[in-house]
Amino acid sequence: MGAAPASGSNGATGGGSVNRKAILWAVLMGAGGLWLVWRVATGAMPAPWGLEGLGLWVAALLTLAVFSFLLGDNPVYKFAEHLFVGVSAAYWMVTNIWAVLVPNLFGKLFPEWISTHLLPGLRENGRAPETDWFYLVPAVFGILLLWRLSPKWPWMSRWALAFIIGITAGLRAIGFVASDFIGQIHGTIVSLAVWSDTGSFLPGASFNGLITLVGVLAGLCYFYFSKEQTGLFGRVSRLGVWTLMITFGAGFGYTVMGRVALLVGRLQFLLIDWLRIASP
Amino acid sequence: MKRTVPLVITFTVGALLIVAYFIPHWPFARLRDDFNTFFDVIAAFAYIVGGGNLIRMHGRRAARQEAGWGYSLVCLAGFLAMLAFGLTKVFWREGAPGWDLQGDLNDSTLLFKRGYDNIFRPCSATFYALLAFFIASASYRAFRARNVEATLLLVTALVILLGRTFVGTLMTGWLPPSLEFLSIPQLSNWIMSVPNQAGNRAIMIGVALGIVSLSLKVILGIDRSHLGEKD
Amino acid sequence: MAWRLPELDRRIVFALVGLSVTIPILWKFHFPEFPSPMVRGVFERVDSLPAGSKLLLTLDYDPGSEPELNPMTDAVTRHAATKGIRIYYITMWATGPPMIERVIRQVLQKEFPDLAYGRDFVTLGYKPGNEAAIAIVASDLRKLFTTDGRGTNINAGEMTGSLRNLRSFDMVFSVSAGFPGTKEWIQYGTDTAGVPIAAGMTAVQAPLNYPYYPTQLLGILGGIKAAAEYELLLVKKYPRFADPAFPQEATAKMGPQTWAHLTIIGLIVLGNLTTLLAGRRGRR
Repeated sequence: MGAAPASGSNGATGGGSVNRKAILWAVLMGAGGLWLVWRVATGAMPAPWGLEGLGLWVAALLTLAVFSFLLGDNPVYKFAEHLFVGVSAAYWMVTNIWAVLVPNLFGKLFPEWISTHLLPGLRENGRAPETDWFYLVPAVFGILLLWRLSPKWPWMSRWALAFIIGITAGLRAIGFVASDFIGQIHGTIVSLAVWSDTGSFLPGASFNGLITLVGVLAGLCYFYFSKEQTGLFGRVSRLGVWTLMITFGAGFGYTVMGRVALLVGRLQFLLIDWLRIASP
Repeated sequence: MKRTVPLVITFTVGALLIVAYFIPHWPFARLRDDFNTFFDVIAAFAYIVGGGNLIRMHGRRAARQEAGWGYSLVCLAGFLAMLAFGLTKVFWREGAPGWDLQGDLNDSTLLFKRGYDNIFRPCSATFYALLAFFIASASYRAFRARNVEATLLLVTALVILLGRTFVGTLMTGWLPPSLEFLSIPQLSNWIMSVPNQAGNRAIMIGVALGIVSLSLKVILGIDRSHLGEKD
Repeated sequence: MAWRLPELDRRIVFALVGLSVTIPILWKFHFPEFPSPMVRGVFERVDSLPAGSKLLLTLDYDPGSEPELNPMTDAVTRHAATKGIRIYYITMWATGPPMIERVIRQVLQKEFPDLAYGRDFVTLGYKPGNEAAIAIVASDLRKLFTTDGRGTNINAGEMTGSLRNLRSFDMVFSVSAGFPGTKEWIQYGTDTAGVPIAAGMTAVQAPLNYPYYPTQLLGILGGIKAAAEYELLLVKKYPRFADPAFPQEATAKMGPQTWAHLTIIGLIVLGNLTTLLAGRRGRR
């Protein structure tokens, strides 16, 4: 066993490796850049000027910047990420202002002005609708919500939040019971006896319905943690676990399919739309 | 007042929506529709709060030159530019700029739409595309048939992955018609329609019971976590 | 002598996945498709709608899901347009309006120049509010939609003038990538209104929505494979869509998709073999 090398020689060895990597990256980037210049010069791919060409190149370079995360977190990726965060926040804000606040709030409170300057479609037979003062209620709640940004009385936004939470809770209490509880029990029971459109009994489909019923009950047994899962109950819970494992396996398979499709889409953009080295 | 009024609001609104389901007539139906419409408007204000929060957070970081403040400047620049383009509906047509407050926000000549097409869209799509690489890497490293349950999960996933491509058809295409139900595509369809449906149905019923209990706790004021800390 | 498999660096895994998709894109692998019963059922249900029926097509997705969902949106739009079904577009996602404008521009206006906006298809646009917005559409959509997505008064439109709520439509087709999406349309819309609904969704969402089939949901197009099957059925029933002027995007994506699946299956098998052999070596 030799002694550990002196830090100086270790640093020199490590520095050499870093230099080699940097040189390799510089060569690859340079070669890639020259290739792109050559392709643009020969007209084989769109040039990065004009609004269309510039837009295409910006989109492609941002795509590559995000893909660079595969090599590890880096400044190029961080730049793209922060730009995306800013642009997307503004996009959502602007879209909601024009899609909701203008027609559904300002258009109700100031219909004459809004229909003259911003949204002529509000007028019917040339006349603006009547002012609906009831919409002062959401206007007040909306302003209260903005108070969340205030350092002085941020608690005032709780009133608006309470409204939002109340609506969501009320809707979900009913929606989940009707569709996800009663609807699912109904669906499980009716599938026990399946008939064709011509009125004949379908034993295969009905048997599948029976398997579904057993799987649902077994899964629900597994989720019942208030009772110790032993004996017959334990064996049924085990069957529930197996059913859930098949469910998660199916979910995993579909997730892989979904993610791969998104990758295919991005690579098609780079290879077909930008580099033009493949045809659609 | 800081906590009582919000609790009263939550109870009134939540209870009204539940009652309106069982008595879908005036005044409950009218109030239900009005409250849902108001929710829409207030939800739009929430996005303004989000934008304001972004300015506050990144503005503070840039002003104090904290770690990563350069990136905060990039974020703010993108946000403010997109906001200005969108609110004014600035366009670039036939080599000249202009603005049209009555124009369609989805007009392709608007700089706002160009920002969406050339910055938002490629970045958003690529972030999701990255997941394909990570799911492959995670599958290679962690997906192991260590026990019966894991083997069941693995085999199901393999059947689904093969069944959703032509290879699955090719592998079991030689099966006689009487055994066609054992072919990989048929097995894949059966797995989705029967055991997958059963498992997800059990989860759905359990989740529904949980959501209903939580919603009732929130409406009745038993759960007050949405009000934040006491002040 | 025991042999062992090396643990692959994750960059090699990334490179393998990237190549498994890139090479088929460059060399154009095409595989035949065989429609599943589920997709066939959805197709036949849309095909059974008579001309003049009102179809509400909800596009609730963002650019991250475009590669999966644009092909099925296009296929269903082509199907409806060919049958003379009146299409109403709507979205509950802020990123939905550009999706709607894309399909109107690239499919309806380009491939069906005889169809007119406002007479054969219309966009109601975007409204936020998730479940609450869907609940209003189910009861009285005029409270929320005072104009269509392009700013025309809702009372003035030929297609929009008679709309009251979800019951004004003959069928809903939900194309969705998450929340709010098909689940919410079922919970707060079609289950209440009693309107039939079929859905196309990302592959990630599809398994989670199978419980609604068949009593609350007519059928599910799950991911790019189902979109490719729908395209095939469309071409079989209406051979004019085999013309290259009608791009079959989903079918084109299935080549790279297949190779990527095989690569990932290979990696999973390789990983398990590595563990198995390492375990045997350890026991010796």
